[in-house]
Amino acid sequence: MFLLFVQGGQTLFNRLSDNESEKTVLVNTIGHKWEFTFTTLVVFGGAFFASFPMFYSTSFGGAYWVWYAILFAFILQAVSYEYRKKTNNFLGSQTFERFLMFNGLAAPFLLGVAVSTFFTGSPFSIDKTNIVKLGSNVEAIISQWQSPWHGLEALWTTSHLAFLQNILLGLAVLVLARLNSLLYVRKMVANQNIQNKVNKCVKKHSLLFLGLFLTWLIRLLFIEGFSVNPFNREIFMQAHKYGLNLIDNPALLIFLLLGLGLVLYGLFLANFKKAEKAFWFTGAGTVITVMALFFLAAFNYTAYYPSTYDLQSSLTLANSSSSRFTLIVMSYVSLMVPFVLAYIIWAWRAMDARKISEKELEQEIDKY
Amino acid sequence: MEHINWELVDWSRAQFALTALYHWIFVPLTLGLSFMLAIMETIYVKTGDKKWLKIEKFWLRLFGINFAIGVATGIILEFEFGTNWSNYSWFVGDIFGAPLAIEGIMAFFMESTFVAIMFFGWNKVSKKTHLLATWLTAIGSNLSALWILIANGWMQNPVGMHFNPDTMRNEMNDFWEVLFNPVAVNKFIHTITSAYTFSALFVIAVSAWLLLKGKDKTYAKYSMLVASVFGFMAILVTVFSGDGSAKQVAKYQPMKLAAMEGLYKGTRGAPLIAIGTPKHKNQKSLLQAIEDDLKGNNQLDVEVEGLEIPYGLSVLAFNDPHAFVPGIKDLVEGNPKENIRSYSDRIKSGKIAIEALAGYKKAKKAGNDLMAKNKLAVFKNHFKDFGYGYFEGHDLSELIPPVTITFISFHTMVALGTWFLLFFAMVYWAVMKDKIETKKWLLRLGVIGLPLGLIAQELGWITAEAGRMPWVIQDLMPTIVAVSHIDSLNVKITFALFFITFTALLIAELKIMATEIKKGFSN
Repeated sequence: MFLLFVQGGQTLFNRLSDNESEKTVLVNTIGHKWEFTFTTLVVFGGAFFASFPMFYSTSFGGAYWVWYAILFAFILQAVSYEYRKKTNNFLGSQTFERFLMFNGLAAPFLLGVAVSTFFTGSPFSIDKTNIVKLGSNVEAIISQWQSPWHGLEALWTTSHLAFLQNILLGLAVLVLARLNSLLYVRKMVANQNIQNKVNKCVKKHSLLFLGLFLTWLIRLLFIEGFSVNPFNREIFMQAHKYGLNLIDNPALLIFLLLGLGLVLYGLFLANFKKAEKAFWFTGAGTVITVMALFFLAAFNYTAYYPSTYDLQSSLTLANSSSSRFTLIVMSYVSLMVPFVLAYIIWAWRAMDARKISEKELEQEIDKY
Repeated sequence: MEHINWELVDWSRAQFALTALYHWIFVPLTLGLSFMLAIMETIYVKTGDKKWLKIEKFWLRLFGINFAIGVATGIILEFEFGTNWSNYSWFVGDIFGAPLAIEGIMAFFMESTFVAIMFFGWNKVSKKTHLLATWLTAIGSNLSALWILIANGWMQNPVGMHFNPDTMRNEMNDFWEVLFNPVAVNKFIHTITSAYTFSALFVIAVSAWLLLKGKDKTYAKYSMLVASVFGFMAILVTVFSGDGSAKQVAKYQPMKLAAMEGLYKGTRGAPLIAIGTPKHKNQKSLLQAIEDDLKGNNQLDVEVEGLEIPYGLSVLAFNDPHAFVPGIKDLVEGNPKENIRSYSDRIKSGKIAIEALAGYKKAKKAGNDLMAKNKLAVFKNHFKDFGYGYFEGHDLSELIPPVTITFISFHTMVALGTWFLLFFAMVYWAVMKDKIETKKWLLRLGVIGLPLGLIAQELGWITAEAGRMPWVIQDLMPTIVAVSHIDSLNVKITFALFFITFTALLIAELKIMATEIKKGFSN
């Protein structure tokens, strides 16, 4: 979610620039980081596959159109930076810029909607024994999505006002992506005109994000949630489930407040001090808040990927995860993460040591 | 199994084939050119000779154009296991997911972090740090190939796992067995060295074209020198590992080997077809003959018309000129003399396994532990035939891969590989003797080498994947049981979207690449 600032930036290229050379500065500033977001998405997919294969099987095979829309947006993004300014690029610069805009709008919005369904549920059923029912009238299908819209129904499911909740988070993630991007541009770009435009946008985006996200979060704490009976593993609806999860887990509450606090402090620095380091506070706050939300969806006997069609098909950590052996293997693998983070930080610092300006880009042969 | 939506299965397969084949247009160049860039940059850093920096930057520009579209086409493949092969994702996700996750953490981050320094870091980090970034990009991209090929190798030869009847899936019990799966190790070596071969062909083709146009002669010749040595070494290893691959196919996927060679009736001292096409004696296609035969029309005699190498196949498959190589008929109908069970027998056994598993679940639910124990024992005895059970009541020809496609793909790939060995040697000789500029015919062959190399690359994958049909996991799960439950119209739409998008992006890539090549080294 933090790295979606790249996508947010892609929706602001025209808004923050007055001419082609300013746009080139913005494209290069944001563009040098696109691979991080892209790679993180791929790793997210692989990690989910390895750790929660039933989620992978159910959500990707079921919410087909949501995931394909997201992936399609990323496919278009991957070539657009490289090809946008190249001579003889077949589709024209504007087309590649539209691809970047599409990726910038669709990916954060739909990812936000997808995450919100972790709390509002989706229409699917699961029966693992279907693959051994030979000769019966049953198709050999384990997970079945029960809506022909394959995930898009999250945008108009009226039951419990799920659509409202889903769209709110989608928009909140989109605005946050733009906000983080504004702060990154403020930190990295040496151009007064762009900076003036950033200044004008930050306050509006801050207010809009807070309005959308807090509405979503406060509503979340009071809606019915998908609870798991610890004794017989049955799933049932429980009032104020997610609010209760926070009360039952003070550590999680503190963690969530820490994330929110960092975002708020970042916004304070951004709006009242115009501080460049605001990006790191909102960024770290985003990471912590999102982690806290995932914990909120899954811990304390909660079904993290609930089914509104068949409650008992809902996915919990226990019924959808990999075997103990594989999880141990993956925990050894995750020992690599600090090492990976270390070289990413090193590379990031090396590449961001100097601000990007039109003058500097003029001297560069290799640029987007 | 009665309810099969063939349209869905076929379109899902078509989509995976489309996206995989498109992805593989770009990946070999990334795998090999990244190492050649590392070698060229090392020479530059060691010698300080600016000529090598110019060479490096030219190839880096082309690398960047190709890299972007390789990344774009690759993201879809990982997610397709979930979107289109949902049953598969649960049935083996416990084993298959791990290599994909490790690929992301170990390889993709390394590749994407250092590739940014490689492209944009010339003025931001020191010369040596840049060189390190170039090497790490090459290592990262090749590590990514390692993990995805471990995953693919596991599908061809599932090891290091057991079936857990309570969770209804296969679970990993030996990571090292998965990692050092002989099929995976061999597949990795064969695939990456063939990718290096293709990259060398690319460098030679571009350089040859520049020489034919009389442009940037010195740079082109130096590039050709690096590429011919790199390519020659790569194709040598490709050939040897291809031999190893054939032996593993013979051991673990005998039907694939039979299809690759169009071998209908098995024999001792089986010859290898050097050049030829498989045909029934009555001039029918091989598949028609097989279908006739399986329907009881008893038209067994199939032969391959062409040049044969006596004992070649027995040696290739088993290192023994007198070894028995089973043909399609032996595998389908069984051959008791050679201890080969028939498919009908395996289908019966598989059905027993599936029904025993269903019985186990039922008994467990009813709390009948004794019955559950008995059913489990039956299931375990028949588990190795599990996947065959799904073909109960089906035409046996569904268990035979597309023979003509597999045969032609395999033989064309081998023929091209043999040619490349000779070709690299000729180019090396001509460059070293400084005669390459005058050998116009060799330069023209060099330009043609690029599409030929790409054809060989794609045919290699077609051999490997079409040849293992109908299995997504050898003997355990056929394609008909692996698909996601979606209306086939959805898959048709995504197929069309990918086809149009990837084709448009490919055209863009080729046009941009051609323009950059025309600019030459001096730009």
